[in-house]
Amino acid sequence: MGRYVARRLLQMIPVFLGTVTIIFFMTRMLPGDPAAAMWGDKAADPAQLAAFKHQMGLDVSKWQQYLNYMGDLFTGDFGTTMTGRKVTDLIGESFPVTIRLALLAFAFELIVGVAIGLFAGLRRGKAFDKSTLVLTLLLISIPVPVLGFIFQNVFAIQLGWITPTVQSSTNLGQLILPAIVLGSISLAYVARLTRTSIAENLKADYMRTAVAKGLPKRKVIGTHLLRNSMIPVVTFLGTDLGALMGGAIVTEGIFNVQGVGNALYHAIGRSEGATVSGFVVVLVLVYLFASLLVDLLYAVLDPRIRYA
Amino acid sequence: MPDLITKNAPAGDGETPAERVVVPEPQAEKPRSLGLDAWHDLRKRPVFIISAVLIVLLVLFAIAPGLFTSVDPRAGDLSKHYLSKPNYLHFFQGDWFGYDGQGRSIYARMIYGARASVVVGICVTAGVTIVGGLLGMVAGYYGGWVDTIVSRFTDMVFGIPLLLGALVILNAFSVRTIWSVVFALVVLGWTQMTRVMRGSVITVKQSDYVTAAKALGAGTGRIMFKHILPNAIAPVIVVATIALGGYIAAEATLSFLGIGLQDPTISWGIDINSAQKVIRQAPFVLFFPAGMLSVTVLAFIMLGDAVRDALDPKLR
Repeated sequence: MGRYVARRLLQMIPVFLGTVTIIFFMTRMLPGDPAAAMWGDKAADPAQLAAFKHQMGLDVSKWQQYLNYMGDLFTGDFGTTMTGRKVTDLIGESFPVTIRLALLAFAFELIVGVAIGLFAGLRRGKAFDKSTLVLTLLLISIPVPVLGFIFQNVFAIQLGWITPTVQSSTNLGQLILPAIVLGSISLAYVARLTRTSIAENLKADYMRTAVAKGLPKRKVIGTHLLRNSMIPVVTFLGTDLGALMGGAIVTEGIFNVQGVGNALYHAIGRSEGATVSGFVVVLVLVYLFASLLVDLLYAVLDPRIRYA
Repeated sequence: MPDLITKNAPAGDGETPAERVVVPEPQAEKPRSLGLDAWHDLRKRPVFIISAVLIVLLVLFAIAPGLFTSVDPRAGDLSKHYLSKPNYLHFFQGDWFGYDGQGRSIYARMIYGARASVVVGICVTAGVTIVGGLLGMVAGYYGGWVDTIVSRFTDMVFGIPLLLGALVILNAFSVRTIWSVVFALVVLGWTQMTRVMRGSVITVKQSDYVTAAKALGAGTGRIMFKHILPNAIAPVIVVATIALGGYIAAEATLSFLGIGLQDPTISWGIDINSAQKVIRQAPFVLFFPAGMLSVTVLAFIMLGDAVRDALDPKLR
């Protein structure tokens, strides 16, 4: 187990370096001069501009910038924004907000999705199952911006149950609506995956054995059926955690959540290479560790899977 | 009958299999191939028929919008602005669905918007299938260091969130057309296909008929494209059909964020963006482009579902 984790961590290093390299050059290839943009529409004084570029480390070649960036990255220095703020400060400010939002969405899709999928799978072909299939399909096909505006309009503006936008990002009550919007599409996938998996495993031999030896129904479903059916769901949820954090751009925009998505959207618009790549570095790390966690969870769910 | 599989597959170029494949009467002594079998199964599924009809309609919208409306979708008449009269009163007057904030016909824009969505969906799917399929094929077939390089590179690109990466790429274009959106989505989207194709090729390559073809002296190209590809493509087709709906949604989301398509291109995403500003005064302005977008994505996802059920014998 320990050796497996160590090997996986070592394998992560080249992937991590590669992704950071790709994202570095993607963001630095953005057209327009972000340094000159600091002067707005006015033409910048050449001497000032040169001094500013030197201060920001933008006066050397792209390759030199790349080496400097990677060097700084390993000392924990993510660079500064064009306005001189540390990117790490910005990360520290917006990530907690998005993590709260993503975890709420994650809990929502996990609990509700698995519950719906379980009931639908146990009653395959019945009315509940059929309506689940139709409703999840509908949910998947409604794009996030549309869903966001519908929810905002219905629950916040018409019914007044909740504030239309998030005023304080530490107020979990205000974050519930955006979290539901953020998690809804994944919820549909979780429900469908669970349903298929449950319905398939119902026919397994160990289920017949468990019922035959007289285990109570609750135990048959809880410890045997559900546990064995969770592997495809866990795989999906693992990749989804990263997607929830990086993909919240639309939801955060609609509900005015001051998180990663919002910060990134504005940074991309201003061609702030250092900010964008700094955020993506953290997102990639989240993604890599989530996929490692998924593989380790396999062994917990299915004791036949062992990592030597 | 490998050619049937490929014919069956791409809802890609916008026609349903129903229009293209002439299915011969099955002969009792001849066992059906996977593709033919799947096609027989598909024809009976109501989900497939509904989605096929919807997709044919959408493709017609995309090819010949003039057949459905004679109104210019870009012609704005501010006297017909949605606020110039009380809401809903002119809902069915003169034009079908009323007018948007610039007095443009919502119905005409709904019809003309299909082109961007359909073209982006089909081209991105074709692009990722070709790029990802070829890379996956090469990695799976050769194995060894080729596989290591391709797989690690795939991992690197896979780590970049699709929407985020597309925003960064598209921000680099000062004028964005349908093709820049297609480019951005293909550059980031091929990884899934590579993984699916690689896994599928690795399984197929160990089959006896591949060994037999090798023993008979078939060249690498022949083995790859005549023996392995037809047998390994089914999972790729399934993933591609389902992903198509997702790419359409991605285009709309990017256009909604203002970093996808731009005026004068007509896209439901752009219309959703302009409609959201007036959602409280005139919700119907949002309803129609959003509804069309949802129905389009739904049609392609339903098609993908039906194709998967037909191609995957395990689920039957």
